[in-house]
Amino acid sequence: MADAQVVFTPPESLHDTLMHYCSGCTHGTLHRVVAEIIDELGLRESTVGICPVGCAVYAYNYFAVDMIEAAHGRAPAVATGVKRSRPDCTVFTYQGDGDLASIGMGEIVHAAARNEAITVVFVNNGVFGMTQGQMAPTTLVGQRASTAPFGRRPDHEGFPVRVVEMLNALEGPTYLARASMASPKWIRDAKRKLRKAFLAQTEHHGFGLVEVLSSCPTWWGKTPKEALEWMESTTMAYYPVEEFRPLPSSEPEGE
Amino acid sequence: MSEPQYGEPYLAKGNEAICEGAIWSGCRFFFGYPITPQNQIPEYMSRRLPEVGGVFLQGESELASINMVYGASASGARVMTTSSSPGISLMTEGISYLLASELPAVIVNVTRGGPGLGNIAAAQSDYNQATRMGHGDMPMIVLAPDSVQELYDHTGWAFELADAARAPVLVLADAILGQMMEPMRPRVDSPAPAPEKPWATNGCRGRAPNVINSLYSDPENMESVNMRVRARYEEVSKQCLRWAEHQAEDAEDLLLVAFGTSARVCESAVAHLRAGGTKAGLLRPITLRPFPSARLAALAESCRRIVVVEMNLGQMVDDVRLAVEGRCPVEFVGRTGGNIPSVEEIVEAVAPQASSAE
Ligand SMILES: Cc1ncc(C[n+]2csc(CCOP(=O)(O)OP(=O)(O)O)c2C)c(N)n1
Ligand code: SF4
Repeated sequence: MADAQVVFTPPESLHDTLMHYCSGCTHGTLHRVVAEIIDELGLRESTVGICPVGCAVYAYNYFAVDMIEAAHGRAPAVATGVKRSRPDCTVFTYQGDGDLASIGMGEIVHAAARNEAITVVFVNNGVFGMTQGQMAPTTLVGQRASTAPFGRRPDHEGFPVRVVEMLNALEGPTYLARASMASPKWIRDAKRKLRKAFLAQTEHHGFGLVEVLSSCPTWWGKTPKEALEWMESTTMAYYPVEEFRPLPSSEPEGE
Repeated sequence: MSEPQYGEPYLAKGNEAICEGAIWSGCRFFFGYPITPQNQIPEYMSRRLPEVGGVFLQGESELASINMVYGASASGARVMTTSSSPGISLMTEGISYLLASELPAVIVNVTRGGPGLGNIAAAQSDYNQATRMGHGDMPMIVLAPDSVQELYDHTGWAFELADAARAPVLVLADAILGQMMEPMRPRVDSPAPAPEKPWATNGCRGRAPNVINSLYSDPENMESVNMRVRARYEEVSKQCLRWAEHQAEDAEDLLLVAFGTSARVCESAVAHLRAGGTKAGLLRPITLRPFPSARLAALAESCRRIVVVEMNLGQMVDDVRLAVEGRCPVEFVGRTGGNIPSVEEIVEAVAPQASSAE
């Protein structure tokens, strides 16, 4: 009998490797959450993940499942191609707000409208991280970005887009929610919601999306701690953290 | 390889021949966005694919459609999309991704008049786009059918080539070829089975995870991928290079060079010219990439002049000049904007007085 006990291991669906994300970035934690869900639902060997173009472009080096790197914004279309030809696969996309809400707005809206049986992990960090902090469709009013040096002005750049509320106007989607990575409490909530977004696909054969409010301390010009505090005080005030379209209630949620 | 086996001919429309050729070869997935003059293809596929256990899905745009193709190909399927000129422009990024990610797929361009929104008449003005497609170093096989039968045959063939090259293959048709009806004989034999695709992303059961990717941050790695893709293209090119000749052997006065619809017109022009005593002939490239350069160079040794006939302002003529390397003069005759040079226009343009005025 060994007296040391293993109490914490990386999920099987995550390669045990260093990640390239900046310190304090919530991308890494979110990867872990998604990988845990894939493990817990026993989906690792049937899953195909689609990476975006954005900071998470290297997600194929981290998720220990079959991975496809898509063109900028097109992950929902790529996911559709996989799912339609291999309905037995569990397909998820992992996309930033430039990828999903700017260049890829068309693809996400139509995938949701078709109730495409895919799961979307949508990372809203309010900026284009990878390309050095330019304005995103989700950048808050007054928030500075490298292409919004005066802060976002509604009369010039318009208002930030609330993606989940917008998709909620569609009849198609099966599950829609917003979550936050601002604290351990919120991360547990995010995991519950993301799990439902997978169940929307595996149990309800439909579209599940969680918008996950995330931090980009590097381009927000904040320390990791300040960034999380700012999320609680400011980001979450504009983007309500809620379940907008719950799973159909007739069926168990598999908790 | 055994000879292809054909059944009884029936009258088929070009666009439908493309569909049946694809289905014969085992294509079961189609994603596309409507654009004239190729709308019969998605319409036909939307009825026909479910009959053979396949899936048709109308994408919300050409951008979405080519990326649906990317996903289906990544998961191992034989998959196709079709479009016409402006739509192909929108697909170009996706086609480059297919190539860099080493994914087979078949794309058909039923070309229309351009540039811009242009018109829905037949044109060959996407030759340069087809043969120089996409950003990055991109060798891509391009086929140029000239009849309904060839639309059928080439679409089926394109799937084989795409799997062999692990790359997208483009079939360059036009509005006339797509719309016209001709007798067509369908294949009654079975296609060669598609190769195993151990690289496909369809769940890692019993193996290490696969990755489909076109990001190579290290230029050395990108170069080696480009070299690998190029080597496969060269290998397949050696086997697929094809052209047709029509009285070219003794065409010492004049060799016409044309592909697709304009080659059909040139066949009549050759008959006219021969009747008038000019020893004329025609070379029709069937593969535009690879291009029959060596054969052209050989024929250029023994003919007085070459005239390239195109439905554009002169695009393939550059490739002919590169192939001929000054062995004989290379001239150009063409119409643009969706117009087709007539037999009379060609015959008049190649008359000796016209050439001496140049
Ligand atoms: C067609 C195309 N346009 C632009 C780019 C450049 N680009 C790469 S990532 C990116 C924005 C990514 O931002 P986001 O999706 O918010 O992800 P983050 O990096 O913040 O995680 C842009 C504009 C590209 N790769 N391809
Ligand atoms: S730039 Fe921002 S989003 Fe990208 S890894 Fe760094 S902190 Fe994360």
